[in-house]
Amino acid sequence: MNTRMTRQIVVIGGGPAGLAAAAAAKKNGAEDVLILERDRVLGGILNQCIHNGFGLHTFQEELTGPEYAARFIRIVEEQQIPYLLSTIVVDLARLENGRIAVSVMNRSEGLFVIEAEAVILAMGCRERPRGALNIPGYRPAGIFTAGTAQRFVNIEGKMPGREVVILGSGDIGLIMARRMTLEGAKVKVVAELMPYSGGLKRNIVQCLNDYGIPLKLSHTVVDIKGKDRVEAVTIAEVGPDRRPIPGTEEEYTCDTLLLSCGLIPENELTGKLGADLSPVTSGPVVNESLETSIPGVYACGNVLHVHDLVDYVSEEASEAGARAAEYVSGKDCAAGEPCAIRAVDGVRYTVPAVLRIGKMRERQVIRFRVGEVFRDAEVVIELDGKSYRSVRKKIMAPGEMEQVILPKKDLEEIKPSVITIRIRTNM
Amino acid sequence: MANQIRELTCIRCPMGCQIQVTLNEEKEVVNITGNTCPRGAEYAAAEVTHPMRTVTSTVKVIGGELPVVSVKTAGDIPKDGIMACMAAINQVQVKAPVHIGDVLLENAAGLGADLVATRDVEAI
Ligand SMILES: Cc1cc2nc3c(=O)[nH]c(=O)nc-3n(C[C@H](O)[C@H](O)[C@H](O)COP(=O)(O)OP(=O)(O)OC[C@H]3O[C@@H](n4cnc5c(N)ncnc54)[C@H](O)[C@@H]3O)c2cc1C
Ligand code: SF4
Repeated sequence: MNTRMTRQIVVIGGGPAGLAAAAAAKKNGAEDVLILERDRVLGGILNQCIHNGFGLHTFQEELTGPEYAARFIRIVEEQQIPYLLSTIVVDLARLENGRIAVSVMNRSEGLFVIEAEAVILAMGCRERPRGALNIPGYRPAGIFTAGTAQRFVNIEGKMPGREVVILGSGDIGLIMARRMTLEGAKVKVVAELMPYSGGLKRNIVQCLNDYGIPLKLSHTVVDIKGKDRVEAVTIAEVGPDRRPIPGTEEEYTCDTLLLSCGLIPENELTGKLGADLSPVTSGPVVNESLETSIPGVYACGNVLHVHDLVDYVSEEASEAGARAAEYVSGKDCAAGEPCAIRAVDGVRYTVPAVLRIGKMRERQVIRFRVGEVFRDAEVVIELDGKSYRSVRKKIMAPGEMEQVILPKKDLEEIKPSVITIRIRTNM
Repeated sequence: MANQIRELTCIRCPMGCQIQVTLNEEKEVVNITGNTCPRGAEYAAAEVTHPMRTVTSTVKVIGGELPVVSVKTAGDIPKDGIMACMAAINQVQVKAPVHIGDVLLENAAGLGADLVATRDVEAI
């Protein structure tokens, strides 16, 4: 195995995050950018998200997933940014000279190493596998993750089944409930373990309510019948401890069970590199520049934290690309002392988790998610324990990403060493 | 009878704004609040009188690198016409190559919107 080439910036993943990051890096002066994508095409998960609702904020137009991807692919081609398809990154390691060794494999070249000055992680996420679900009984055919079913129907043109029960109300599950109904299947019920939906409100409205598909909150699958193929699924209500309540069982005959139980950032490589990972998001811990704990390694999109809005993915990825371009140009300005951002009282995590005031942009976006549903609550920002600002929100839910904006000039003046973001309820 | 307020979730984009529509006794829209952008107001006004939806699906491709191509109605159609639209979509077959934006069916099911391809599928 020998080093075949050196590159200024290597982007891992050719989904919307990788495409926007590469385009922004090039636009900000990086000459030598390369995208590595393991699939046969660019575009990532968007290729199978054929529904509309992408890009309204970026393009002021409502696009489908493939159309949104095509816009960014065109930009990358116009900028003549090279990419390698069917090429998978298998390992990352930090070299003594501070560069990153990217180990890559593809059919035509075998295994080779690219030495990169900076790396942008944009590998997206994967679905929680069914093994992680605690369903007793056999494992007959007819059980799919919702994303696998989406790929079958939308790319391969095959229907996984005709009578469907869906466990989990993540967006992919909701989207597939509608998709399979449109193709003539009967979706009997969507069961969600939690007392709230994991998906976007709009998807409950236009994917379930529009078609009269019931959503049962605080419910889970307790039994699957059928040896070769799923024949029926039993659903029961769960108590506050999330354990099934005896006597609430209901049986649904069906031939297909779709699992839509959440997404996890794809961070095997990030872990191998030794970057700090957040136990909450499973993504790397990043600073204001979207840089991981390894200098010169940036992260954006679903590999960093799961996004429900592709527009935010593109925005975040453009910033990562611009920062990586600054890094390789050597024109890095003084960073200043790092200031930690603490997520407490209902705030699960923040991205970034660390701010270096010297490196902030004029307006720093802090994205976060809450851990439960809050109505008429306030997002409170504290600098060194003193209340700095609060924002009222009519409703906040775990399924929707929130954000607050911090102006640089205020932080330069106050120079806090800890920023705290919490939710204050009226009680 | 006084004015009536209806709570809606805007579905025009994933922001999902909560919109309040005030209707008067004649069921006319007199006020709309809670929308972040003008599209939200447009949505809310239509939703309480004649709900509209975009339909997305796939169409069979003959001789292409993929067996199906993703499609959408180029504009919204009435919500109660969705199944008729699907029936029309399922009758369509196209020969590769297909390109993004190609019209595959004009005025699908007579509902006022063309069916267009949303991706490229090259011939093999
Ligand atoms: C089902 C679904 C529905 C959605 N609906 C909407 C919506 O309606 N509106 C909206 O705005 N947003 C929506 N989103 C969100 C948005 O589409 C995603 O957040 C966005 O696509 C994430 O982009 P990404 O580039 O981070 O990840 P991805 O698109 O997953 O791209 C990651 C890429 O990295 C590649 N890769 C991974 N590992 C390696 C490796 N080791 N080597 C090389 N390549 C690798 C993968 O093959 C993939 O192409 C939806 C998401 C999903 C999953
Ligand atoms: S009002 Fe505008 S921003 Fe809000 S959901 Fe509707 S389209 Fe999106």
